[in-house]
Amino acid sequence: MASTGAQTSGEYIAHHLQNLHVGHGFWSVHLDTLIVSGVLGLLSFGLMMVVARKAQSGIPSGVQNFVEMVVSIVDEQVRDTFHAKSALVTPLAITIFVWVFLMNAMDLIPVDFLPETAKVAGVEYLKVVPTTDLNLTFGMSFTVFLMMLAFNFKYKGVGGFLKEALTVPFGKYLFPVNLLFRIIEDIAKPISLALRLFGNMYAGEMVFILLAVLMGVSYWWIPAGAVLSLGWALFHILIITLQAFVFMMLTVVYMSMAAEHH
Amino acid sequence: MNINATLLGQALWFALFIWLTMKYVWPPIQKAMQDRQKQIADGLAAGEKGRQELEAAAEKVTLELQKAKEQANDILAQADKRAGEIVEEAKSSAKNEGDRIVAAAKAEIEQEVNRAKEQLRAQVAALAVSGAEKILKKEIDTKAHAEILRSLESELG
Repeated sequence: MASTGAQTSGEYIAHHLQNLHVGHGFWSVHLDTLIVSGVLGLLSFGLMMVVARKAQSGIPSGVQNFVEMVVSIVDEQVRDTFHAKSALVTPLAITIFVWVFLMNAMDLIPVDFLPETAKVAGVEYLKVVPTTDLNLTFGMSFTVFLMMLAFNFKYKGVGGFLKEALTVPFGKYLFPVNLLFRIIEDIAKPISLALRLFGNMYAGEMVFILLAVLMGVSYWWIPAGAVLSLGWALFHILIITLQAFVFMMLTVVYMSMAAEHH
Repeated sequence: MNINATLLGQALWFALFIWLTMKYVWPPIQKAMQDRQKQIADGLAAGEKGRQELEAAAEKVTLELQKAKEQANDILAQADKRAGEIVEEAKSSAKNEGDRIVAAAKAEIEQEVNRAKEQLRAQVAALAVSGAEKILKKEIDTKAHAEILRSLESELG
């Protein structure tokens, strides 16, 4: 903010909330979201692949130890919640936790650092936290939704799934109500997943932006703003971890509900 | 904040990363962890087995030691007894030997005595004959008086 004194506060905030996009209408894409999330994913999962390839059952190296720790925490949660047999659910949960955590962690980089660097490189807009983009959160929850449907069919069969949708919870005579309830319930799941993550991260990012605005008001505000930013960043470490965990946990719960008979 | 094709791109990224994790990350790590779990369990079991074996061995050692001590005591007692016997035997054989030597000596002495007596008798007979000769001034026919001489000799015995 301080370096862009010509902007008003409103312009500053709007600028921060603008994605780097190409194209028009629905067929436009947010390059910053795609690239940041993709790079984070490729780096983290690439690293995990390298570690996994060299994984040994003897005394694990430092990196392997760390990866195993993360993986086994997730696996423990999955085994507590998801009781059917599936080769997909644990990897899915690991992917969600690691990826969402790293994308959320982009929030901890000072708000102006990457956008201003990008501006020097000629990139006008850059929104560095991919999870503050609804497209990302809905992209993930939509994928989870599809897997939920697939699990329903796989573990209950078409007939079992239909029977459950029509007869639970009020019995067969109220099947229209049951079906309506089921549709609302299942659609609410991906929407709540996506909006929860988006809302938390968007709000967190907003607080950082507003603190940056505060520091831009006058030099007198810089110490207070710095202290508040630091405090919020420390608190945010908790939030980003928690949100990654919640997204993962709810996904596992939904998959478990899809796989088990009610 | 509009929904657009980014959503599809993100879904693709997501699917790719799930696939990578499912195919290349989770199975090897899970295998490594399970293998390690098994190794640790095996190691603990082996340790427990070793401890039990050690205990058994210690017990056996105590038992063997006790047995050996008992054996040693037995051997000592036997040796003591045997030594006593040997001493006794030596004593009795020495006594026998002594007795035998004493008896032999006594017999020899008796023999010597007899022989001396015999010589003495012969000499006395000769003396008596020569005395008688001197008395009678006449030679005694030893052949004719052999009977008398013999009775003299036996009288002297």
